[in-house]
Amino acid sequence: MSRVIEIDGLSKTYGNIKALDNVSFSVEEGEMFGLIGPDGAGKSSLYRILATLLSPDSGKATVLGHDCVADYRILRKLIGYMPERFSLYPDMTVSENLNFFASLFGTTVKENYSLIAPVFGQLEKFPDRRAGDLSGGMKQKLALSCALIHRPPLLLLDEPTTGVDAVSRSEFWDMLATLRRQGISILVSTSYMDEASRCERIAMIDHGQILRVDTPAALAASVSGNLYNAVSSDMFRLLEGLRKLPEVNDCYTFGATLHVVINENFNPEAVVSRLEDGGIKDVSIYPAKGDIEDLFIKLTRNDER
Amino acid sequence: MNLRVLGALLRKEVNMMKRNPLIPRIILGLPFVVLLVIPLVASFDVKDVGVTVVDNDRSQLSRRIIADMDATAELHVASVSSSFAESMEMIEEGEADVVLSIPPHFSRDLSELDVEANGVNAIKGTLGMQYVVASISNTLTRWRVENGLMIPDNVTSVVDRYNPTLSYRNYMIPALMVFLIIMICGFLPALNLVSEKESGTIEAMNVTPVSRITFVLSKLIPFWIVGLVVVTIGILVGRVVYGLVPLGSPGAIYLAAVLLSLVMSGLGVAIANKSATMLQSIFVLFAVIMIFQLMGGLFTPVGSMPQWAQYVTYAIPPRYFNEIMRAVYLKGATISELRMQYLCLTFFAFVALATAALTYRKRA
Repeated sequence: MSRVIEIDGLSKTYGNIKALDNVSFSVEEGEMFGLIGPDGAGKSSLYRILATLLSPDSGKATVLGHDCVADYRILRKLIGYMPERFSLYPDMTVSENLNFFASLFGTTVKENYSLIAPVFGQLEKFPDRRAGDLSGGMKQKLALSCALIHRPPLLLLDEPTTGVDAVSRSEFWDMLATLRRQGISILVSTSYMDEASRCERIAMIDHGQILRVDTPAALAASVSGNLYNAVSSDMFRLLEGLRKLPEVNDCYTFGATLHVVINENFNPEAVVSRLEDGGIKDVSIYPAKGDIEDLFIKLTRNDER
Repeated sequence: MNLRVLGALLRKEVNMMKRNPLIPRIILGLPFVVLLVIPLVASFDVKDVGVTVVDNDRSQLSRRIIADMDATAELHVASVSSSFAESMEMIEEGEADVVLSIPPHFSRDLSELDVEANGVNAIKGTLGMQYVVASISNTLTRWRVENGLMIPDNVTSVVDRYNPTLSYRNYMIPALMVFLIIMICGFLPALNLVSEKESGTIEAMNVTPVSRITFVLSKLIPFWIVGLVVVTIGILVGRVVYGLVPLGSPGAIYLAAVLLSLVMSGLGVAIANKSATMLQSIFVLFAVIMIFQLMGGLFTPVGSMPQWAQYVTYAIPPRYFNEIMRAVYLKGATISELRMQYLCLTFFAFVALATAALTYRKRA
């Protein structure tokens, strides 16, 4: 078994909204695979199909060699699923939640403590605190511990870092890396583009369609080369000025700078002098290194045109 | 079905119930409040009928009629007036319920008396009129005998069986226990399950290997026990506060209570399975419970419904529980005498539980 997830032509429609439109990709064993896309891209629907909670309209999904529709009973024993919404019992304490999920899978916390130790470590200090009273980051660690309690070979994590502070997010990704080293395959989704680089491979999804599947580096490289940074003392006028130029395909704010997508007629010096003639001061334009976000903007804008 | 898993689920339910600030209080408090307050306020007993007398005779006999009436437990003479208009005013102001007109020269002619009652409150009007007529005929009979006008030949004696004092409470308290089981065992499991849907915890449950029968049972079993607690409180309050002791065996009552809890909790869970939000489930349950209460013979007897409605009540489970409660409480009936009712309840319990288990879907 080299592929833990194999998705082939999966479609799901809610009324007249296409949540998933002919989605196909696969995840290798031992891989940390990222599903990157904005809210409403269809990520959660895909997760619910893989977790055997939703039936697809058409297409086939195979997880750990079992069909998601026919073999749901087997799969429910195997996979570890962490839904987007916090789904532990808020009125039960940390240890009660953990013990509860362990007994549902017919195991004990003791038996699998070594696996969850790196995740559960910080929670150990307050086993009697109610799950509902934990901070956002702590909640996610507890939810991950509960999803791990039966040693699943595959983790399905649906936006585990949404609503979690930056430090806890980074910690959370470190934990996922630890788990991956222990041989657990992980499918993780996020709408934070900066987290994509933590995955070995990513699939970009929007409007229910897979846009690209590749390593983060290869995806970022595909936008570099025709991408420039632009700064000036008046960023708003600079944005307007650049968008009017024929040699600029697209221009958008990116952190403290503007990212400029250019075509072959672009000459940085000529553009700077033209903008400064137009009354915009301190213009500076220099090559930029593209990342996933640039690619996303590029792909989704092409889509609209 | 895995008993260890069921045990873990039940421990979770008990934990959640204990930590909820409201649920344990409702389970223990509602039966007390309902049983202590409702029998006092919701009473159809006609106890204090006001009579206004238009005495145009002003004789020894007419005064005796009035005095006897005033001495009757259920009646009091609100006023003695000299014109019918004056008495009608008393009725209109709500000071009296029945007008008795005594014609002039009544004691000489023994002519017709005129009794008129306020029919707005039908029960009070009818009963009040009967009390007045009974009181008058009593007085007249004795007066005739005393004056040698007649010799009493037959005396009618009326005894009300099973509820000798005709107290509405004895009728009401078993009915209130039905009401409590319907409310608590119907609403709480439904709300419990829908709240898992709303909070999203059901997602985490659905991906576990827990079978749906096990999961549904974990939602139902706590409320069967709650049903028993409610009935126990009901029997105790009925005994201590109202002195109402069931003539039949408590076992017969408990068996019926468990069966009705099964029906109601199954129904509640089935409705919750089909609702996405708390609001939806509450509205549907409310409609069902309303029909159960009004058509189940709780407050108005099934026998006084139109024929077609009586047929409909065969499909209403509380009807059977109600019959069992009243028969056991007031007549001392046994389980074998009521086997039809028990069988019907068992049938409905099976239907409700099967529906609850089958409508629960882990996959959308």
